[in-house]
Amino acid sequence: MLRRLFKNFRFGVLPVPGRVIAVIFFVLLFITPLLTKNSIFLDFIIQANILVIFAVSWDLLAGYSGQLNFGHALFFGVAAYGSGLLYDYLHWQPWATIPLGILIAVAAGIITCFPALRLRGPYLSLLTLAFPLMLSGIIIALKDYTGGEEGISGIPALADTQLGEYFIILLVMTVSVLIMWKLSDAGSKYIRTGLIFHAIREDEIAARATGINTIRYKLLAFAIGGFFAGLAGALFTHVAGTVSVHTLALTLSFQAIIYVIFGGIVSIYGAVVGVYTLYPLIHFSWLAQRRIEVFIKTLSATPLVDFLQGIRAIIGRPELVLAVLVIVILLFMPEGLAVWIRDKIERECPRCKLANAAWRRECRACSAPLR
Amino acid sequence: MAEIIAIYTLANGGVYALLAIGFSLIFGVARVINMAHTAFLMLAIYIMFYLMRIQGWGMFEAIAVAVVGVTLLGLLIYRFIINRVREHHAAVLLITIAIAMILEQFVSWNMMATVGTTDMQMIQKLIPGYIDIFGVRVLIQHLVILGATAVIIIILQLLLTKTRMGIAIRATAQDAEVANLMGISASRILLISMGIATFLAAVAGILWGPLEGIRPGMWGNPLVITMVIVVLGGLGSIKGSIIGAFIIALVQQLSMFLFTQGGYLVTTFVLLAMVIVLVVRPGGLFGIMLEEERL
Repeated sequence: MLRRLFKNFRFGVLPVPGRVIAVIFFVLLFITPLLTKNSIFLDFIIQANILVIFAVSWDLLAGYSGQLNFGHALFFGVAAYGSGLLYDYLHWQPWATIPLGILIAVAAGIITCFPALRLRGPYLSLLTLAFPLMLSGIIIALKDYTGGEEGISGIPALADTQLGEYFIILLVMTVSVLIMWKLSDAGSKYIRTGLIFHAIREDEIAARATGINTIRYKLLAFAIGGFFAGLAGALFTHVAGTVSVHTLALTLSFQAIIYVIFGGIVSIYGAVVGVYTLYPLIHFSWLAQRRIEVFIKTLSATPLVDFLQGIRAIIGRPELVLAVLVIVILLFMPEGLAVWIRDKIERECPRCKLANAAWRRECRACSAPLR
Repeated sequence: MAEIIAIYTLANGGVYALLAIGFSLIFGVARVINMAHTAFLMLAIYIMFYLMRIQGWGMFEAIAVAVVGVTLLGLLIYRFIINRVREHHAAVLLITIAIAMILEQFVSWNMMATVGTTDMQMIQKLIPGYIDIFGVRVLIQHLVILGATAVIIIILQLLLTKTRMGIAIRATAQDAEVANLMGISASRILLISMGIATFLAAVAGILWGPLEGIRPGMWGNPLVITMVIVVLGGLGSIKGSIIGAFIIALVQQLSMFLFTQGGYLVTTFVLLAMVIVLVVRPGGLFGIMLEEERL
């Protein structure tokens, strides 16, 4: 068993630079608490990991099975409110509220799917866009039961220390990304869902003609998407300690879309790359601003101060930086950042379709010439 | 109360119709979902506000500069940014959201510099005052909106059905490849329809601004409503957009007046109307389902 694992690592991971980078990235995440105890930084990684689960689940639903869902925040918010309300009224603990929140999100996914089964393309996108907005209107209107716009606060944390929380979230993130990667892997011999999702996205009628029950698999895609987005939402409630209508907001749905498309759609790692390149911009802008302010006070030269003031003003608008970055990246690499980088460092063997490092002259398995 | 509902429905419906026609046109011709559509509306209102309030220009110069400037900006953005990624649907979506965010940030930056706050600012009415119609006091602004909307829709209809260019636009919307084979320059048609779409958004802004005021984040709500209308009426159908706009405006006003918590539930009811239509008729009320898009 261990030997097979080692063999897989030696021949499956090491020769492909993209996979090496992924392994290094996860190892780095696990040893980060040894390197720094900075609570702001750890907090950032906790939130980024929750967003990773959320964004990857959008990629699975929208990228792989082609159900371009604009209202992914529905699952996040439903699970967040579900576990928040369960604590508020029944005082249940996280180990009970999180699974129930996820169940509610899965149910929401399946309910959304029924009207969505008849629609596709932009109609489906706009239908799904509608649900979280409708729900947030209802939640604000029923403010006696749900806390209205302020929401619910005082929800207990996952663990007593920040470090415990960090590892719980990191472990959950790693496991769920691995599961989603396996579920969406079209080349897998054991799990057919990945291949079927690809088929439904490319041509639904052809998929149906080959005997695939497309309705069942679309339901499955919505249920899986709802499951993981709900997981992210329920975890978020306990990490943040509060839940409000922001968990259902349009901006949250669009955040998932931005991360995934920026990193590269239809590739699980694209979502991870997207979150870890763009989220720091939003998260650290105020910190960078304050650093620059402190730095300016130590200076006396005017042109430099003016220049730094300008930079500070730009950093103070992270949305602006984000938007410009998104446009520039997409103009030059419309497939997304991670996919663009992968195509630079890896090359597919024309004969056996195996991934190779770009600097090899011949394929590592069948020794076919690569160029 | 019925008169008030009717007036507000007609006025808001007119503005929504202008927005929805533009959105639907650019979708039908270029298959681009332009999330920055209402950001152009916001920008037009802001330019008008800036020129009139800060620079002290006259109203007509300000309106002319706002409409022409926003239309030109829309053309430039289409030509140099959207056109390059038009084949990638996801990228178009994201880039137009990013453009809307940039416009919002630009306006809020400028507003902080000139007004000192990004809170809602009011703009003077195009023609101030009331008028009595059958004993009901009607804002003249509402009548201006109705008149302008009617004129613009009639001109647009004539343009699309009677002129060679309009026929070319409709042909491209039906099948871009075949239209290209018939000697229609598809890229020019796309540019022209983007110009018409942003022009309509800018005009809608000029008409709507004096009622709604100006706020950098104001593009979100009309965007959702525009998308709802366009889906309700059927993507790519102009008749559907007009009828959908008035239906949605009516639903908005009714839910506002009939329910005590109506203010919070407006969006819910509007979206509910869309969901019901979509479940009953998946192509919208007057939707044209293309063969390859049918399920």
